[in-house]
Amino acid sequence: MEIRALKIEALTVFYGKRCALQDISLEIQRGQVMALIGPNGAGKSTLIRAASGVLPIQSGKIRTNGDEFTSLAPMQRARCLAVVPQAVALPPAFTAWETVLMGRTPYLNFLGQTSDADEAIVRHALNRADALDFADRRVGELSGGEQQRVLLARALAQATPILLLDEPTAHLDMQYQVALMHTICQLAHEDHLAVMIAMHDLNLAARYADSVALLVQGRLEAVGNPNEVLTPERISSAYHLPVQVVQHPFQKAPLILPGE
Amino acid sequence: MSKRFLPYVINLGLLVAAVILSLAIGSVFIAPADLWEILRNWLTHRPLPAGLETYSFIISDIRLPRTVLVLLTGAALGGSGTAYQGLFRNPLADPYLIGVASGAGLGAVLAMSIRWPYSFWGLLAVPMSAFAAAMLTVLLVYIMARVGQTVPTTNLILSGVAFSAFATALTSYLIISSQGEVRRALGWLMGGASQSSWQTVLAILPYLVIGLGVLLMNGHALNLLQFGDDQAQQLGLPVMRTKTVLLLAASLATAAAVSFSGIIGFIGLIVPHVMRLWWGADYRRLLPLSIMAGGGFLILADILARSVMRPQELPVGIVTALAGAPFFLWVLRKSKNQGYW
Repeated sequence: MEIRALKIEALTVFYGKRCALQDISLEIQRGQVMALIGPNGAGKSTLIRAASGVLPIQSGKIRTNGDEFTSLAPMQRARCLAVVPQAVALPPAFTAWETVLMGRTPYLNFLGQTSDADEAIVRHALNRADALDFADRRVGELSGGEQQRVLLARALAQATPILLLDEPTAHLDMQYQVALMHTICQLAHEDHLAVMIAMHDLNLAARYADSVALLVQGRLEAVGNPNEVLTPERISSAYHLPVQVVQHPFQKAPLILPGE
Repeated sequence: MSKRFLPYVINLGLLVAAVILSLAIGSVFIAPADLWEILRNWLTHRPLPAGLETYSFIISDIRLPRTVLVLLTGAALGGSGTAYQGLFRNPLADPYLIGVASGAGLGAVLAMSIRWPYSFWGLLAVPMSAFAAAMLTVLLVYIMARVGQTVPTTNLILSGVAFSAFATALTSYLIISSQGEVRRALGWLMGGASQSSWQTVLAILPYLVIGLGVLLMNGHALNLLQFGDDQAQQLGLPVMRTKTVLLLAASLATAAAVSFSGIIGFIGLIVPHVMRLWWGADYRRLLPLSIMAGGGFLILADILARSVMRPQELPVGIVTALAGAPFFLWVLRKSKNQGYW
């Protein structure tokens, strides 16, 4: 069945006794980029981990169409949804090629043998993530930005309709941030993926995302298009910092400026 | 294509060379030409020429079973060492250093102290008891050493050492307090294949086929686990189940090796390391290569153990420890600055 969207319904997650996420309801449509924003510790990474099925859920549901996502086997889930984690503590000894090839896991037999078709998909994914040039180098030798592109390529090799990214732009230089956001927008708008991307940079979110979800202390404060969500009142109270929001002089996007 | 098979060809060549050396060297030296002659006559079922009958007997009843047992033991330790390193994501994991071998030794002695003579049930009960104790040890060591999702090197080694000391003390107590063949058990514990026969080879075989077979099928899973539990699961691996299966299989192989050849340290540390240096980190390749190299390496160590103090034999565990402890320290220093791991 064709997957149309990822639906998160009344999701609640506990870390021990602490409530990390409370009653979150979201829908990520295919063809759209949703930016997940909020201060540190608001639950952005937790939401991505829970949505990908690696965290136990206290209550609520995660669905793709009618399917209850959490009841699927890991292999079936990995064919629907791919995650781009932050590039920290990666095993350094694998080459970029070997790393991306592991994205084909949900389609392999029990011995993990790959075919020519898998290799073609991997090559395409590396190319798409602009990582083909260093495919044969070891991951440990790559810069942070290059490692992040390898992880994006690995997620693309999974060939899933849903893509979740956990702060992929966090440690990148400006030009790579913009290049990565361009690629991600293409994936949503041209390849028709449902994309959710957790990020720090509010202006990057405002400029590239089709919708923005604001998390504060495990609750969903607001969700909608950037102009609706990114108001000075909301951001000031979420980040405990006075801000001003003006219209971007050249683009149709809000521009957030810290300070009075 | 040939590049893909090169590692296997080289490893196989080294293994065959080790086997030939092991058959040739001993209280009497049997020249490779004579070895070839004997082998040819065995295969063609021709009567042996005069003078070769004694050699033929030495090889078929003494040196060959011993070499095969040592090969299997080394293969088991090389394979399980690779699996433990992958499971714990730690370059210093080794069946001996994390205490599993000592735990298995305790289990084996426990079974022996009940039924020491090698009866049929003895052959079955010893490895089973060793396996149970090995599983218990590895679980306890893992639980004690774990910090959140990771197992730091120092914690792993320290809790391994503590459990190892505890198990060794209990083992010594059992040996001293039980009557009978204490000497033999001591020699066995230090690791030696002095009790080798075709019977022990047959007895160890099923455990190794199962244990190493399961490991070999999980090379790709071990690759995925290097990225951590979260990413492995997001890539489609049922993490808990896979880890349990791997832990069971590695401990079964270790327990079988310990039950029949005693406690032999550092093979599971040295072999995967050298293989990783030579042939890269892909566990689908690393596992079979470490299994082959483990067999070859232990055969060479056994040759040394037999010939250093002729006609007396050293336990092979002494040789591997003499080579392995300095290697361990070298890896410890090296792993601080990450390198190839």
